[in-house]
Amino acid sequence: MSHAIQDQRPVRARRARAGGSLTRGGLPRWAPAATAVLSTLLGCAAGLAFGLQSKVQWGLIAALLFVAATYASSAVVENTRQAKDRVATSVIWVCFLLAVIPLVSLLWTTLSRGMKVLTGHFLTHSMNGVTGFEPGGGVYHALLGTVQQVALATLIAAPIGLLTAVYLVEYGKGRLAKAVTFFVDVMTGIPSIVAGLFILTTWNLMLGFGPSGFAGAMALSILMMPVVVRSTEEMLKLVPNELREAALALGVPKWRMILKVVLPTAVGGISTGLMLAVARIAGETAPIMLLVFGSQLINGNPFEGAQSSLPLYIWEQYKVGSDASYDRAWAAALVLIAFVMILNLVARGIARWKAPKTGR
Amino acid sequence: MATTTRTPTDMPPPVSASGKTAGRAGDAVFSGLSKGSGILLLVIMASIAVFLTYRAAIALSQNEGNFLTTFDWNASANPPVFGIAVLLFGTVVSSVIAMAIAVPIAVGIALFISHYAPRKLAAPLGYVVDLLAAVPSIIYGIWGALFLVPQLAGLNLWLDEYLGWTYVFDKSQPGVARSLFTVGILLAIMILPIVTSVSREVFLQVPRMNEEAALALGATRWEVIRMAVLPFGRSGVISASMLGLGRALGETMAVATVLSPSFLISGHLLDPGGGTFAQNIAAKFDEANEFGRDALIASGLVLFLLTLLVNGAARMIIARRKEYSGANA
Repeated sequence: MSHAIQDQRPVRARRARAGGSLTRGGLPRWAPAATAVLSTLLGCAAGLAFGLQSKVQWGLIAALLFVAATYASSAVVENTRQAKDRVATSVIWVCFLLAVIPLVSLLWTTLSRGMKVLTGHFLTHSMNGVTGFEPGGGVYHALLGTVQQVALATLIAAPIGLLTAVYLVEYGKGRLAKAVTFFVDVMTGIPSIVAGLFILTTWNLMLGFGPSGFAGAMALSILMMPVVVRSTEEMLKLVPNELREAALALGVPKWRMILKVVLPTAVGGISTGLMLAVARIAGETAPIMLLVFGSQLINGNPFEGAQSSLPLYIWEQYKVGSDASYDRAWAAALVLIAFVMILNLVARGIARWKAPKTGR
Repeated sequence: MATTTRTPTDMPPPVSASGKTAGRAGDAVFSGLSKGSGILLLVIMASIAVFLTYRAAIALSQNEGNFLTTFDWNASANPPVFGIAVLLFGTVVSSVIAMAIAVPIAVGIALFISHYAPRKLAAPLGYVVDLLAAVPSIIYGIWGALFLVPQLAGLNLWLDEYLGWTYVFDKSQPGVARSLFTVGILLAIMILPIVTSVSREVFLQVPRMNEEAALALGATRWEVIRMAVLPFGRSGVISASMLGLGRALGETMAVATVLSPSFLISGHLLDPGGGTFAQNIAAKFDEANEFGRDALIASGLVLFLLTLLVNGAARMIIARRKEYSGANA
């Protein structure tokens, strides 16, 4: 018996050696890395040889070479199924790298070009008396406007959103709840400029108010509501039913049960959702442009007169088109990204800290 | 039977003396409030449609051109002439380009995060993708205009030289790459994070049993994905792409910064020119008079209906999936 087995093995091994590989049926572990290095070199060589200007083309050639070489080597050494698997793996890696490049470049450009004029002076001064073409000036009025508008929008949207979510999870049954759910979903997709146009028709054209931070805040709140409803709903659904039943069994009325048991249990997730929604609307430009109008001066009253906001400021500075204004636009972009990212990070922090036990 | 019918009439008054009526009143107020805010949301949605339609009707009644076919936008002129043909074309074309580029790549990244990336890398990567979804569109806009446009000059020349025979990639006018094609690429980059993060959620929900069964039958990783992961996630990916499409359709600032608009429909996608609904509103709003604003509102209404259609369809697909999947009940 043992002889028979020992007899067969060398045959296989010999066949494998004849195929050119020591380990039968598999490329060595370093093969993908080697192929990558090789194809990168070849890609650069081809780029130089043909005098291609754009580095993107070099990369494309290298990526194509890599995929082809992987398939060929795997098909020869292994089999076509393995070859397809390796090609799929490399295509997915290429997809990933392809997406990382622009996103990293976006962050890097904003960071490197924004740092140029981002100083204490920039953060504490407005554009009063500074024309678009000269350096100087700052972003204080826009920062103030953004904070006020976003705060007002949150004050409007958060209670409505929270109550709607409570309705959907705790009370909602039948047609109305279904309709609300569907339209909340659809509302998530309203383009920001349409929300702006809606407030424009009602608040400005019909009721005759002028541009103000409050008008912008109303448009932002329309964009914010569905996001708040959605995230709060998800969080309320995570609250275990046992808690509700225990409270009700003790004779607590339903509204007190919701206020004292359900909402406190989910408060971490709810505040995370709120902050993510705030982060989302802080970067909206279009409705602000229609409704708040933009101003070079500090206007601390969101209910009266034109204001500015960070995204609008970036847009205005971009439109001026001078070197100084581009610098200001990038610096403001950096401030805005930092604002949004900090909100995001804090929100995730809260989520992790206060995560309800889901039992999964 | 007799006792049970008597108890309700006898018992309740003493029990509900004080506490329960207060509880009931509180309940009524609270449920009324929450129901009211739900209804308020519906009212907002309805009034968006109603008010936009009302202003749009004013504009349309005085339009001297054909709203659907006129290649012009002189709404502030007298008599006003405007039409959405160019805008509709530009919006649809740029969004389709964005989808064609973004969806395959996003599915690739989602698979990378859910199935290919090393464990330690996967969680932070998903996190970074979510962060990128939060980058404001105006920042994508200035990045696109000041960084991407010059970078794409080479690609445009290359496409023109080697694929120019397809007509679509024929660059008939010189000029920088402020074209619908560039806008499509930028929109693709912008919707990548959102499509990725929704797809990833779906791929992570694939029942482990299905994948392990496929592996046990000797499938390679790619075969597992093709046989177990993709069929399960198909409707999720479709709805994720629809969400991305909704964003691309309504995107304002990124398009307004990158595109150099013109009121021409051209099949040459690399030529500068064209326009989208949102971009046109942003560009024409400042100089528009009262009537010009109504005309812009009319185009906004079309955009609203378009996104409503796309998002509604996406939600329908998701809802249908929930009914038959049962895996994530």
